[in-house]
Amino acid sequence: MNLLSVRNLRTHFDTDDGIVKAVDDISFDLAAGQSLGIVGESGSGKSVTNLSLMRLIPTPPGRIVSGEAIFGGKDLLKLSDEEIRHVRGKRIGMVFQDPMSSLNPFMRISRQLMEVTELHMGHSSSQAREHALEMLQLVGIPDARSRIDSYPHEFSGGMRQRVMIAMALSCRPELLIADEPTTALDVTIQAQILELIKKIKSETQTSVILITHDLGVVAGMTDTIIVMYAGKIFERASTLALFERPGNPYTKGLLMSVPNPLSERGELYQIPGLPPDPAHLPPGCPFAPRCERAEEICRREFPPVVQLAPNHESLCHFAKEVYDESAHLRS
Amino acid sequence: MSANKLGDTGDSPLIPSIAGHSLFHQAMRRLVRNRLAVFGMFVVGVIAVAAIIGPALIYSATGYTYDYIPADSDLVKSFPPSWTHPMGTDNEGRDMLARVLLGGRISLMVGIISTIVSLVIGIAYGATAGYLGGKLDELMMRIVDILFAIPYMMVVIVLLALFGRQTALGQLFLLFAALGAVSWLTMARIVRGQVISLKNQEFILAARATGVAQWKIILRHLVPNTLGPVIVYATLEVPAVMLLEAFLSFLGLGVQAPLASWGSLASEGIQNIAVFPWQLIFPGITMALTLFSLNFVGDGLRDALDPQTRRS
Repeated sequence: MNLLSVRNLRTHFDTDDGIVKAVDDISFDLAAGQSLGIVGESGSGKSVTNLSLMRLIPTPPGRIVSGEAIFGGKDLLKLSDEEIRHVRGKRIGMVFQDPMSSLNPFMRISRQLMEVTELHMGHSSSQAREHALEMLQLVGIPDARSRIDSYPHEFSGGMRQRVMIAMALSCRPELLIADEPTTALDVTIQAQILELIKKIKSETQTSVILITHDLGVVAGMTDTIIVMYAGKIFERASTLALFERPGNPYTKGLLMSVPNPLSERGELYQIPGLPPDPAHLPPGCPFAPRCERAEEICRREFPPVVQLAPNHESLCHFAKEVYDESAHLRS
Repeated sequence: MSANKLGDTGDSPLIPSIAGHSLFHQAMRRLVRNRLAVFGMFVVGVIAVAAIIGPALIYSATGYTYDYIPADSDLVKSFPPSWTHPMGTDNEGRDMLARVLLGGRISLMVGIISTIVSLVIGIAYGATAGYLGGKLDELMMRIVDILFAIPYMMVVIVLLALFGRQTALGQLFLLFAALGAVSWLTMARIVRGQVISLKNQEFILAARATGVAQWKIILRHLVPNTLGPVIVYATLEVPAVMLLEAFLSFLGLGVQAPLASWGSLASEGIQNIAVFPWQLIFPGITMALTLFSLNFVGDGLRDALDPQTRRS
């Protein structure tokens, strides 16, 4: 049973430079209790995808052009403003990238946590406070009882991200969207936060969408991975399959860019070139100018979606060839 | 800390509760360390208290009020300062101390009430324009620009000349409204600017992502965060409005006798400056002292609320 089913979502931004197709015709499913990783470079449309689901795209300049997102039987994109407010925070929780700026500096931690449950669960302020305390303990804030009335600036980055997670999970949402939850944190704290999300996911059966630009983060965290580039899904596969046998040159590039301390090469691999200007995409494959194996057809024609295995798709003219090569490399 | 210990958060009974100090609290601590600002607050406090209870005290001690004209016609003239009249009397023989204190009451009231009027209008207008943005913001701010271009002094003078001169109290309320109406423009701009820079911060997005209603976001999350600059501007606005009131009263458009404000007292005093200098000196000094002090407090608040811009 799919908890979330996104079909043909397109989100465009009208800029002075022309229309930017930040998300261009993407579809994916997320089963209840499963987790999905969305990976890609900056500007690939990862965050816009999820902000679209939450209907938090700034309009104007942004607008959701078409598509549907069926969540628990209802299309999120067609809900009224009032209805979507009851989904936000209650049924879908969201954690943002920068914990330093995602808490209101003028409100006590307790107050910010209480606001959510008072709003969605009809808690009285004493109930909400008790619940806030439980949530802080759940996310591992030491001495939560004595710290609950602190202000955000009295917490470290890792603690603030825990507070954000506590806030997102306060109403026991069915889906947690974590948008680069560890990017702004120290490496040691990163591991703790990921561990926490994992623990909560297994304990509460919450589905998770984890957005990141770091493939190292999604490994071991997610069931399925979507690789996005220029607003398109370039590859979709189970996490294991994607790491074992990528079927897209872009995914291969990303995988090679992950530092490997065992490799003898001194230099880190990087995908040549820069992400394309989203307002002026080339006519063919948007990755073609940076692709090592691009041929004439790549520059001319938009690539097809190739089914490589059950639950494994790749957007590439040479998907089969890349897929086979990866198999040889492993063996 | 190992990952499997994450859930282990037994509250230690040994650690006392940390109440948490708000950023505002910290700013107040910085403020009380600023000697000039503390001096300013002290002076303003003393003058305010004197203005509030002073006239009653004088009445119970000596029987003089701000509008008491002696029945004996020999006494209806301006006496220099003496033990019975520490600031002397005015042309009608009224006690200057009582009049200066009453003037202080009215001047401070004009300053504070007009500032509150401008705060309410300015914050509501600026926050709405800034938060909603787009074409509405454009329109609202162009209206402010147009109002800015109109010489506000003239607006106030016209307003007072048209509707004033009915009752003393009516005149006073008109003054509050007129001064408030011209001073909210800058407030609206300040608040709008603050709101625009704040509304793209992640905590506003985070609040929206938890389903908080728009008006609650404005009231609970945006406005409190704009208060720093707003408080500073408001504190500096009080003396500015008081000066404006003094100017209007000096021109004879503000407070009418027998009521008094520092401006109207100065206006009366200046006519007799060569013969009865105390009529100008005392209201003048009191007013200057108050304005200086309020400005010190405003500067101190700015330094305290935004330590990065401190000049030193």
